[in-house]
Amino acid sequence: MTAAVLHVTPDSVPANERVFESECLVKSNMPVNNDYRLLILDAPAEILNCTPGQFFHIQCPVRGGHQPYLRRPMSIYGYFPEKGELQFLYKIAGEGTAALAELESGESLNVVGPLGQGFHIADDWQNLLLLARGVGLATLAPLALEAQRLGKKLTAICSARSPELLMSIDYFRDLGAEIITVTDREGTSDLAHLQGVIEGLIAGPGIDAFYTCGSNRLLKLLQELGAKHGIPGEIALEQQMACGLGMCQCCVRSFRAENGIVHKRVCKEGPVFDLQEAMGW
Amino acid sequence: MVDLSVQIGDLCLKNPIMPASGTFSEDLATVFDLNQLGALVTKTITRGIRQGNPTPRVCEVSGSMLNSIGIPSKGVGPFIADMVPFYQAYNSPLVVSISGNTADEFARLCEEISVPGVAAIEVNISCPNIEEDGKAFAMRPASTLDVMRKLRAATDLPLWAKLTPNTGETSDVARAAEEGGADALVVSNTMLSMSIDVKSRKPRLGNLMGGLSGPSLKPISLRMAYQCAKAVDIPVIGCGGISTIDDVLEYLIAGASAVQVGTATFIHPTVMVQMIGALEAYLTEHNIPSVRDLIGSVRDEEAADTVVFMEAAP
Repeated sequence: MTAAVLHVTPDSVPANERVFESECLVKSNMPVNNDYRLLILDAPAEILNCTPGQFFHIQCPVRGGHQPYLRRPMSIYGYFPEKGELQFLYKIAGEGTAALAELESGESLNVVGPLGQGFHIADDWQNLLLLARGVGLATLAPLALEAQRLGKKLTAICSARSPELLMSIDYFRDLGAEIITVTDREGTSDLAHLQGVIEGLIAGPGIDAFYTCGSNRLLKLLQELGAKHGIPGEIALEQQMACGLGMCQCCVRSFRAENGIVHKRVCKEGPVFDLQEAMGW
Repeated sequence: MVDLSVQIGDLCLKNPIMPASGTFSEDLATVFDLNQLGALVTKTITRGIRQGNPTPRVCEVSGSMLNSIGIPSKGVGPFIADMVPFYQAYNSPLVVSISGNTADEFARLCEEISVPGVAAIEVNISCPNIEEDGKAFAMRPASTLDVMRKLRAATDLPLWAKLTPNTGETSDVARAAEEGGADALVVSNTMLSMSIDVKSRKPRLGNLMGGLSGPSLKPISLRMAYQCAKAVDIPVIGCGGISTIDDVLEYLIAGASAVQVGTATFIHPTVMVQMIGALEAYLTEHNIPSVRDLIGSVRDEEAADTVVFMEAAP
């Protein structure tokens, strides 16, 4: 079998808003370190018209003792239309990802997407700062690639429990990013130290926008620094999902709005949101 | 060429496959052409704005799911202003699901939503998530009759009454809905359920309890659809756990004139389109000219009425 979209998509919908249910083929599914695995899929070209920060809704296989029922949302680690490839970086965290880890090369995997609103890079933003911890960097990897394509200057602060768990450093470095690593073991990942590092960047080359994901601690730090220095930013958020398309209203979170607190769907209005609108959890 | 069309009261549907309320929205139009569906059934709205329940709003349980979404609603005004015009671009009939906390509030919304572009109103007299410990109109025949009479007086549009599995009086409630003026019954809704995380000892839904849907609900809903089809003369629309073409056939054979597909769309967004194709293929293969020939074709000759309407397992 070959990778293929399973249905006819409506012509009336703009190409960049179309959502596809597709069968993909597993090219490889290998560990990258003790915690994380990289899944590379052979995907039909139509579904690779993605924006950095978007996600796919994955039907993890029923396998062995694992019986996941609902799909699992997973941010895109890489999409490469020219080679028909879709990549996900994941950690075994439950039944769905445990089942996913058992997929072997040549097997098929049903995915729905691309879904949600991705990151924005304004034309006049030149110096971009990416800040993420652990697998959070996976979500920011497509953004780094896009920033390089647009000729932006990129700084990535990568945080992890220990140096051997720092991921994607080479990937970001190959894209021309300046890499700053901080780890718990080295005692460099605390907020005070991070704040100093970021303040140094602001005072030095300057920062036009922040991008982050996943961490409540990092969100609060960037919100404070953004407010203090007038720097805009975006955050990719997670929430448990059922449909992934906006229908079921399962994945709402609270956001600050002009008229008080509002609920927004992470799958549809997100998963990328304005940094200052986002609320800690 | 086989005939997939079915009749629900005065409404003719091009085929018997439609979404279940709460598992469908305009967002599905980004995946396939909604004109393929027999009808378009929207998520329940209330008159006023509702925020819905705390998260987590969904959890999965062995091959099915629980939800306690809590009917978040933008209210009737924005629905009429934005959603009704959106669906007018499609030729499949628009069925608007509504709910209310009291019979009078319910009837007022029923009147307000009776606008051009709305083909039928599905009255959700069964949602177990609203206030008062999940009590619902359709749990008892008397409260069903009362609310249906008020709803009937409020509109000239077809009324589809959505029943609840959280009752021990299925047939009596069905008859009460018919007597109160329902044009069709939707049988049925999610079943009140619970799940607890044994590690944290916390309920896995923010609202503590929620509604079971998915394949494990199907035998219960199918039994109810069968009982209701025996009990009333108005059409029954089957709903509950339908995820394959065989599930569709089972409901039709049991006596349902059409079916609603819900949770299965969360797993496969295009499942309804695939079912329509599979239904056509099934009829062609078996030389059955019309899908209507399947409705109520269950071979239950031996069963006595006392068995048909039983409310407890033997």
